[in-house]
Amino acid sequence: MILGDSRDLVTGVAKPHSSLNSGESMRFNEWVEKHVRQIFTLPAIFFVIVMVAFPLVYNIVISFRDWNLSSYAEPSWIGLKNYSSLLSDARFWGAMWRTLAFSFSAVVIETILGFSIALFLNRDLRGKNLTKTIFLLPMVATPVAVGMIWLLIFEPTMGLANYLLKGLGIAPQLWLTTRKTVLPSLMIIDIWQWTPIIMLISLAGLAVLPKDPYESARIDGANSFQILNMVTIPQVLPTLLAGVLIRLIDALKTYDIIYATTQGGPGEASETLNILGYVLGFSYFKMGRSAALIVLFLVTVTAISLIVLFLKNRTDKKIEV
Amino acid sequence: MRSLKLAALILMATLVIVPNISAQATSLPLSKQYSGTTLRFITAVHPWTDGVKKLLPEFKDATGITVQIEEYGTDQMSNKIAVEFSARSTSLDLVYVRPLNETKLFAKNKWVADLTPYFVNDAAFDFKDFTSGTIDSLTFEGSLIGLPTTTEHQILYYRKDVLEKAGLKVPKTLDEMMMVASKIHDPANGFYAVVNRGKKNIAITQFSSYLHSFGGEFNIGDKALISTPEAIAAFKFYTDILRNYGPPGIVNYSWPEAAALMAQGKAGMFTDADAIYLNVVAPDKSIVGDKIGYAVFPAGPAGSKPFNVCSGAIGVSAFSKKKDAAALFIKWVTSKDIVMRLQVAGNSGARKSVWANPESTKNWPKDLVEVVNASNLIGVGSDRPRVINVNEARDIISEPILVGFEGGDVAAAARNANIKFQALIDGEKK
Repeated sequence: MILGDSRDLVTGVAKPHSSLNSGESMRFNEWVEKHVRQIFTLPAIFFVIVMVAFPLVYNIVISFRDWNLSSYAEPSWIGLKNYSSLLSDARFWGAMWRTLAFSFSAVVIETILGFSIALFLNRDLRGKNLTKTIFLLPMVATPVAVGMIWLLIFEPTMGLANYLLKGLGIAPQLWLTTRKTVLPSLMIIDIWQWTPIIMLISLAGLAVLPKDPYESARIDGANSFQILNMVTIPQVLPTLLAGVLIRLIDALKTYDIIYATTQGGPGEASETLNILGYVLGFSYFKMGRSAALIVLFLVTVTAISLIVLFLKNRTDKKIEV
Repeated sequence: MRSLKLAALILMATLVIVPNISAQATSLPLSKQYSGTTLRFITAVHPWTDGVKKLLPEFKDATGITVQIEEYGTDQMSNKIAVEFSARSTSLDLVYVRPLNETKLFAKNKWVADLTPYFVNDAAFDFKDFTSGTIDSLTFEGSLIGLPTTTEHQILYYRKDVLEKAGLKVPKTLDEMMMVASKIHDPANGFYAVVNRGKKNIAITQFSSYLHSFGGEFNIGDKALISTPEAIAAFKFYTDILRNYGPPGIVNYSWPEAAALMAQGKAGMFTDADAIYLNVVAPDKSIVGDKIGYAVFPAGPAGSKPFNVCSGAIGVSAFSKKKDAAALFIKWVTSKDIVMRLQVAGNSGARKSVWANPESTKNWPKDLVEVVNASNLIGVGSDRPRVINVNEARDIISEPILVGFEGGDVAAAARNANIKFQALIDGEKK
């Protein structure tokens, strides 16, 4: 059934053209009806071009220029010099390493924690919905507000964290104020805020699992651990990996909690690629260099996403078999 | 007899009326020609901004212009202004300028309007009344990029009661300061002898007084000097006293946090700008306001060399479509009358006539006024590296400070930083 076809939909007889339509407007109406699919998608295409494609292309163009807002010279074309200079800069590799370490560690812990909580909540518990709602609250809080609250919690002299540690008899920690402890402290904030999303996705995945494999497993005499390992996890893995992929891309780009708490400090100890990009661009005014870093960052995130997608496809295939 | 009485009457009338006329001459005729305009002003969180906000309704009444104020922390404000300027945003009219960070940058990039035509020839405004050092720091290659609004000297805030109880005198030298700190430090009871700025970029301006008092400099012309023996001694002192006698987590302390620690009664000594004294003593912010004493910055081996700078100014964006209305606001907020009222409220301005008038500081703590006057005589006019890429230079120079806080090899870090700083200076020459 093609839209725009002027046939009676029931009998298939061609409808006479209405006398209300004159020649030209009729042709226009027909044209619209014939291309209505494309026309409806135009706003979305327009949005993507203006908000995504154009900035991306312009960013790539800037990255080939020596554009320094604080220099006397006009921006000039220097080809790949920004890239080669970045790739030989220890500060860049430091930021790369910190970005990967922070993201992977945080996401692994979030996955294990989130999935475990989901397993626990995936049964008929009293107050299950209330518990789920409370668990979701960190996720909906504003990241900057989260950063500021955790700054207070982690304050070494009067923060809640050291107060609790004192109660447990553990020595007070320096949390966000030393180079050794700043990344783990930021990971704690990230885990606190984003474990709920893994939990949510896992719950959704667990809810649609068929009951039969469980019955057969129990009949076969499998214990809980074996059921978890060989029945639950393989089936929920595709959903879980989809969630992990989303969370991983977000974690790699983390900016708000880092900026709201340490701004990349102490020194450069919590400076990830995103923070470094901001500092290069808006603090040091080195626009070309910052743009090149962003392009390299984009390449990194894309590569990691492709790897995770590849793994996910392999697990999909396993399930089908 | 009658003519004598008449003469006396006329004389008295003249004596009464004439001073009033000259008083009128200092308050500017504000016109309503821009009534209905809205100006957008990006400024820093600062006691000066608080003072201006209170007086804004008067400006609106007199001119019909609404001024929308957006306040940010210093770093964020500078970044935001830079972003809007590079985007040539026409929605920004007025900006808070940090002369020692930004004069060269703003002037070169032509981001702000040259204010010379608006003010230099206005007799009632009395442009020559501004201290010449402040105007110098705002002029680059003949272009006046802003009018000064705040001046600062670094002073020593201290707890009178704590020093008295320990039987100690106010430290007059840096060595004495270290000795006093060792005696009053009491972390077990949550009391720390010293607090200062420790955060990366932000600490550099306060560190400059220590650097100069040890006989060091950031750079002179094209030569980077932060690994000289004097500079290393300054780095060592600054980090030693804070590492041993300061609060944990000092590396995250910017001035609001340090002032707050002092205001909560948890710190004994604090060296920072006099302009923020309200954050340390005002009743709504402090529980030890009446116990705070003020002293001139202690002397190092090269004497007492606290900074004495124009820390803030106000400028007009070159891309604003309302430059004339914006200039009118600047005229008002830097006029003798308003500067006097702001100074009475605790904000040290840049007008000589206002400073000369004892009325302006009548509400200030007496010892603070004495300290400020004394600091004016010995102050150094610069508190940061004299380069264009000030932010990057400040980051580089903060490395040895961070290493010092961690108890590492300050001398090695200073030498490393000097290499990077020299490279930055060389890069700017191109």
